[in-house]
Amino acid sequence: MNLLALEFVQRALLAAFVTGLAAPAVGTYLVQRRQALMGDGIGHVAVTGVALGLLTNTSPTFTAVVVAILGALVIEVVRDRGGASGDVALALLFYGGIAGGVLLIGLADQSAATLNRYLFGSITTVDEADLWATTALAVVIVVVALGLAPRLFAVAHDPEFAQVAGLQIRAYNVLVSVLAAVTVTVAMRTVGLLLVSALMVVPVATAQQLTRTFRDTLVLAMGLGTLASVGGILVSANVDVAPGATIVLLALAGFALAWPVGVWLRQRRRVAEPFASEADPFQLDEPHTVVPEDHGHQHGPDCGHTAVRHGDHVDYVHDGHRHAPHGGHYDEH
Amino acid sequence: MPMSDEVVRVVDGGVVLGGRPVLRGIDLTVTAGEVVAVLGANGSGKSTLVRSMLGLAPLRRGSVSLFGTPLAQFRDWRRIGFVPQRVTATSGVPASVREVVASGRLAHRRPLRPARRVDREAVRAAIDAVGLGERVRDGVATLSGGQQQRVLIARALAGEPELLVLDEPTAGVDLAHQDAFAGIVGRLVERGTTIVLVAHEMGPLEPLIGRTVVMREGRVAYDGAPLESFQDVPHAHAHHPAARRAHVDYAPDVRTPVDPLGEQR
Repeated sequence: MNLLALEFVQRALLAAFVTGLAAPAVGTYLVQRRQALMGDGIGHVAVTGVALGLLTNTSPTFTAVVVAILGALVIEVVRDRGGASGDVALALLFYGGIAGGVLLIGLADQSAATLNRYLFGSITTVDEADLWATTALAVVIVVVALGLAPRLFAVAHDPEFAQVAGLQIRAYNVLVSVLAAVTVTVAMRTVGLLLVSALMVVPVATAQQLTRTFRDTLVLAMGLGTLASVGGILVSANVDVAPGATIVLLALAGFALAWPVGVWLRQRRRVAEPFASEADPFQLDEPHTVVPEDHGHQHGPDCGHTAVRHGDHVDYVHDGHRHAPHGGHYDEH
Repeated sequence: MPMSDEVVRVVDGGVVLGGRPVLRGIDLTVTAGEVVAVLGANGSGKSTLVRSMLGLAPLRRGSVSLFGTPLAQFRDWRRIGFVPQRVTATSGVPASVREVVASGRLAHRRPLRPARRVDREAVRAAIDAVGLGERVRDGVATLSGGQQQRVLIARALAGEPELLVLDEPTAGVDLAHQDAFAGIVGRLVERGTTIVLVAHEMGPLEPLIGRTVVMREGRVAYDGAPLESFQDVPHAHAHHPAARRAHVDYAPDVRTPVDPLGEQR
């Protein structure tokens, strides 16, 4: 039996692919603004949107998009005006959103199982119309996130500088918020509202372990998000586990693997960092200190000691000292 | 009819932050090629003064014009470079020196278009000018504090501005780096760049300064020939019982979730 030949599995794979690509693209900007939990907040607010749709017999996806965008705009206003205690206001909004959703679902006479479909995803029920809508929204998200990258980067990196560069920072901030809200509702079918933030943030956290530039982080995060999403669907097609949770756990497994590598990379870079060699402002004429003990060891490219650049020469790190070759002996640097 | 070489003009400027008047009665004109140092104690309004020139601190009364155009109509932001008062050049996601400096070129670029060759060259030249040519591809988070400060200066230089506004660029930077910074400013001055600079003390910049403005309690207390320190200003208002007032104007840092006080940094 080949599960991949089943139409609903193919649709699920495609939906997962575009979601995995789009979610980290927006997530990168949220992480850059140090708002990693914003996606989670919008997800909570979107629960009320889903419930409104169920209550009024309109498409829950549509009402979720509308309510999520409204929620994201409120969050943006709070962020803009609130200063230090903005996070408290956000908490009020989040819990209001999820409590309102649960209340309205009860009024709509819907079971907890219905709500669960939205809270934890239901990718196997994606039909062709859903797939088209998901793909179209994901394309818009990716085009905006990549096409406006230099501007979105500048606004998130230093809003005041961006304003003096003539950018409409409020418009760009609202744009990112709206993109985040759309992403949340797109990913609602794949991983569910409670886990959507993970798909936006975890691949970015993983990518950061390995990258040094913003562009590399953005691109790698999108790749990792896609890998986790498609991988999660493949796993849950073969083993009977929840697809949404599998996707998130795969993404986290990626982080667990990348983290030690990142620690090692950063450590290696720090050790290889050239020693500071500044012009001495005080013009102290420091006498040079010859390594006192008899130094039998010959330092060189293959001697095993860490060689670090120091101005015009190389220092060899030697039991917490720095030995620099000088004539026939070594100096302490 | 504004004079053609007028770069910044503030007339009767007043700024209110969090309900407290922070700047009052500011009249200041900076002409092309001037190098102006704005000095003052903490809370004197010197930072707010330059921020109001750039529209970052909105005026409650009076007016600001840049290059003869009222601030509200001013669109020619590529003529202005800004080095904000910041401790680091990092954010939540890694970014390379080149990426941060490239932000300084945005006023020259149109959205959704790739950087042109002249943009890339300007970014490269700005990085070289602050002596970070070997660190172009390195993450800004791996740089020292003084080097990150130089990244922010390079970002402002990348736009090849006619007016450069610097808010405490040498705060927390050691003497050797201040010397290097003075060298960069010196080359800009030779090129005819207009410079407005907020500082506590002049240090190695002193020989470059052509004019000093000293702020005290939100007013211009001195405007004229260079002084080395704001403490050198003679007390012109000896008859005013300033000494008896216990505190200067400030915005109290009490905040609620949605609060216009949040506009105060």
